[in-house]
Amino acid sequence: MTPSLHLWLLPLLPLAGFAVNGTLGRRLPKFAVSLVALLFPAAAFAQVLWIVAYVHSGLMLPHVERFATPWIAVSGFHANFSFLLDQLTLIMLLVVTGVGFVIHLYSVGYMATEDGYWRFFSYLNLFLFFMLTLVLAANFLLLFVGWEGVGLASYLLIGFYYQKDSAANAGKKAFIVNRIGDFGFLLVIFLLIAHFGTLSFSTVFESVAAHPELQGGFLTTICLLLVLGATGKSAQIPLYVWLPDAMEGPTPVSALIHAATMVTAGVYMVARTHVLFDRSPLALGVVAIIGAATAFFAATVGIVQTDIKRVLAYSTISQLGYMFLACGVAAYSMAIFHLVTHAFFKALLFLAAGSVIHALGGEQDMRAMGGLRKKLPITFWTMTAAVFAISGFFPFAGFFSKDAILAATFQSAHGGKLLWAVGLITAGLTSFYMFRLWYLTFFGEARTPAQPTHQTAHGSHGVHESPWVMLLPLVILGVLSVAGGWIGWPQALGGHDWIAHFLDPVFGSSALRAASLADMRLERILAGVSALTALIGWFVADLMYRRRPLLADKAERAAQPLYKLLWNKYWVDEIYADLIVWPLLVFSRNELGRGVDQGVIDGAGTAWTAGARGASSWIRRMQSGNIRSYAGWLAMGAAAVLVVVLYLAHLY
Amino acid sequence: MLNASILTWLTLLPALGAVVVLLLPRRGRAPQIFSLLLTLFLFVLALHLPAHFNYHQQQGFQYELNVPWISNPAIHYHVGVDGLSMWLVVLVSFLAPLGVLISWRAIEDRKSEFYALLLLQQTAMYGVFIALDLLVYYAFWELSIVPLALLIGMYGRKNGRRAAIQFFLYAFIPSALMLVGMLWLYAQTGTFDLVRLQQQLHGWSTGAHATGLWFTSLAFLLAFAVKVPVFPLHGWLRDGIGEAPTAVAMILAGKLGLYSLLRWHVALFPTEAAHVAPLMVALGAIGILYGAMLALVQTDLKRLAAYATLSAVSFVVLGIYAFTTASMDGAAYQILNESISASAFFMLLGILYERYGTYDMAQLGGIAAKLPRLAVLFVITTLALIGLPALNNFVGEFLILSGSFQTHARITAVATLGVIFAAAYMLWMVQRVFYGAPSEHVMALARPDVNWRERAAIWPTIVLMVAMGVASMYWMHAIDLTVPNMAPNTAATHTGIYVWVASTR
Repeated sequence: MTPSLHLWLLPLLPLAGFAVNGTLGRRLPKFAVSLVALLFPAAAFAQVLWIVAYVHSGLMLPHVERFATPWIAVSGFHANFSFLLDQLTLIMLLVVTGVGFVIHLYSVGYMATEDGYWRFFSYLNLFLFFMLTLVLAANFLLLFVGWEGVGLASYLLIGFYYQKDSAANAGKKAFIVNRIGDFGFLLVIFLLIAHFGTLSFSTVFESVAAHPELQGGFLTTICLLLVLGATGKSAQIPLYVWLPDAMEGPTPVSALIHAATMVTAGVYMVARTHVLFDRSPLALGVVAIIGAATAFFAATVGIVQTDIKRVLAYSTISQLGYMFLACGVAAYSMAIFHLVTHAFFKALLFLAAGSVIHALGGEQDMRAMGGLRKKLPITFWTMTAAVFAISGFFPFAGFFSKDAILAATFQSAHGGKLLWAVGLITAGLTSFYMFRLWYLTFFGEARTPAQPTHQTAHGSHGVHESPWVMLLPLVILGVLSVAGGWIGWPQALGGHDWIAHFLDPVFGSSALRAASLADMRLERILAGVSALTALIGWFVADLMYRRRPLLADKAERAAQPLYKLLWNKYWVDEIYADLIVWPLLVFSRNELGRGVDQGVIDGAGTAWTAGARGASSWIRRMQSGNIRSYAGWLAMGAAAVLVVVLYLAHLY
Repeated sequence: MLNASILTWLTLLPALGAVVVLLLPRRGRAPQIFSLLLTLFLFVLALHLPAHFNYHQQQGFQYELNVPWISNPAIHYHVGVDGLSMWLVVLVSFLAPLGVLISWRAIEDRKSEFYALLLLQQTAMYGVFIALDLLVYYAFWELSIVPLALLIGMYGRKNGRRAAIQFFLYAFIPSALMLVGMLWLYAQTGTFDLVRLQQQLHGWSTGAHATGLWFTSLAFLLAFAVKVPVFPLHGWLRDGIGEAPTAVAMILAGKLGLYSLLRWHVALFPTEAAHVAPLMVALGAIGILYGAMLALVQTDLKRLAAYATLSAVSFVVLGIYAFTTASMDGAAYQILNESISASAFFMLLGILYERYGTYDMAQLGGIAAKLPRLAVLFVITTLALIGLPALNNFVGEFLILSGSFQTHARITAVATLGVIFAAAYMLWMVQRVFYGAPSEHVMALARPDVNWRERAAIWPTIVLMVAMGVASMYWMHAIDLTVPNMAPNTAATHTGIYVWVASTR
């Protein structure tokens, strides 16, 4: 008899927070709003810890809880409200509620002076509800609920400053681009119903497992459509375009949704459905290539951006590319490992950037920053931890996870070396752009105008360190960014590789890891190479942005076309707008609207009307505006029908 | 006792109410108040139906009444409901008081006539949904066209009269053809009764009457398809909805035609319906995308709503004619959902129009900052309409598409693109009307946020959007009992793993 963990309660807790703040928040004092907004996620986090304790004391995983009444059911098909807890879910739950709560806490300080404080927190709680539904779902349809739901929360939060056109545009763009991915997801669901008659994870995966002869075929179709869905949510080529614009949302939103949790949903989904992907080498190859290409592509754009949040946005896209790469070489536990460490250091980077922006009264352009090291010491030191972590310096968290991915890629069968090389170069670029950000923000001369030139929501009272409620989250995440890699310290470097072992029941002990265990020397060499790459990135950034600042301008002028290409982000947005959006609108307006609808359809309607001219003049007479005459006409009509009927009946 | 007569009472009372409204004093709020009380009473009365419905009875009709009316020709007053029509009767009863509430101040001129016609229309709709005798059905079907046309003509915007004539001609002429078909049926069978017709027509599709039956089924199909409307017969829709007052736009398209397709086309002429099914599936898919793409380029909110409606009803058409359990159940469910969400949308547009006097998006903008409560209601409705999971439309659309996919994978895959377009035109619309800085027009007019009367009209629909999205089983039970039986061949439509395994071996 397994105990009930009341998994259903977990998503409902933040939903309750949303309900309270969403309905009453407008009338509640700020203090009460914050209390509600913090309490419910805290309770969810506490419940997760309680579950962890249960698991630790020997609860059998996977653990499934199902609601008796189905959600949707017709003869022959039904979908339940059912929740699944396994090792993968548990890790996701810890990240979502843990990092989620910390960011909620930070937001209390960051959003303190904003209008619509209650609105912000109700959306944030709503997001947690959908995200928890997503990771707890035990079938594809419930997963889809969370999937679309987090998209909704993202839409609302990106467009939080809805009076700004750019914010409203960005929110809409995020939702629509994600819908393209959701289209793929929906087709997957239809295909699964067609082939398996169910959407339950366990039944689908067991059916696949029971038929080892199934390779490729429709499974490849399913996997490729899943990839389409994942590229939308996890901002990969070709659907990444919404994420940079999503930075229009308040910074805590960028940290929570667009770095730590929601954007990793695509990675989570691929890992969750690995049983399908394992049967389709083609789909895995596509995932790996998309991942590597996105990682590299986004890193190159990140090099030249000047808006601190945009650098981080491209960095997020790039890091998600690493996770995709890991999935593509079937190193799923490495993908999840990187997902976890990335949640720590990227959330920290955003929050620290938020602290900087807060201190500068809303300034986001790094060219107007500089010399903040002394003025914002805690922000500086925590951000430093994150910069070292993401750049892959030993023994920070990012080192282990990135290195694990690169090592797994190197040892994978098809084109592994090439993908590894791309990943390695990207690691160098990552280190470079992160230290560029670091130097531009915290070192050198203060380029901030003494008096901020424009009034913003954050007020304008000189550069100042943030309040403790914002600094505490920075410190917590800072510690995790430094030490978080411990959970995946590889055996080759004298660790125990805990996370991979922990996830083995979900992903199976992969052949790759067996190989890497056999060749620890190789892994040590690879680790050395990536560490060296990170150092080189740092060195170049140090040279260009600290020791010889003029070098950066010189490089920019020397490689003008390349710089322009990167500065304009390869003109991808413009290409999409001109090749897809604009033709679609013009076609709808001219061909369909003027041509078909007003031409053919209305033309036919006019002909119809003209053909019935007699009838129409009769009707015009009928339209006398006198209700009694209408009633008369009605009675006459009925009588006429009756007469005809009687007459016909008489005939037969 | 009530069980046998309740449907008759429901149908009769609004018509009697219409007479009473005309006799009431014209000044003051008497017509509104009376109509509201009457429609609320009818709603409560209608709730008797699901409460005492037998959810285990698979065949036949409930709350049935069958009395001979005219002996020659044999016309029976035969009424009754099954799992499909019961919910439609409840739906009509649910929407009626909302329509009264939302018209409360919008209609001041010729007020008594307005409410009388609205009540008469309610009678007609009840009649269409409960009639089981072809001629009784036809009488109500025709009756449902006249008040609508008059309401559009008398209370429309600038070109109401033209739109009304257009609507009337579109709807009336095919109905006349349908009458001819009905008389032919009677001549051949000697009955107008649905159940007896179904029994007698069995096997006719290959017999001597095959051609006649085929043309009759086409006449029926044409009449219904125009009323739905099915692409490309939607010529009346843009101006019809564009000109109609809110309470009329709420009931103009969709349910009457869609229900009739199921009951009087698919279930009456199964073989013929199966023959035209590929065409209807294609038209459904085209309608989804066509409506969505045209909605994308509208600048007038009412016209956008009209094309969105075309797209939404096309989903149902696709689901009906895909003939799988899931798609047909989903289609039946979606008739309810579409009606509720679209009604909320039309009411919100009406509220907007009362405040700013225009449906032109170019003049509107930034209203969220001015009327935040209206914005919230609007966004929730928008989300329901674009099929966000856990809201009502998703359940219907999901069942329609997943069901249709089983028999028409490619067409359905293309139709599914509609979900992208829907998000695009709806969210773009929300942005243009509500987000950004307030437009000059909006700035110039200080308008109040939604008042209690308007909230009372909108909130019930929002509650249902959530309830029907989360607890669909409450409604689906009765639907699933009835609708799948209407499919031409009742072969298992959900193949599942077993068939698939067999086919791979």
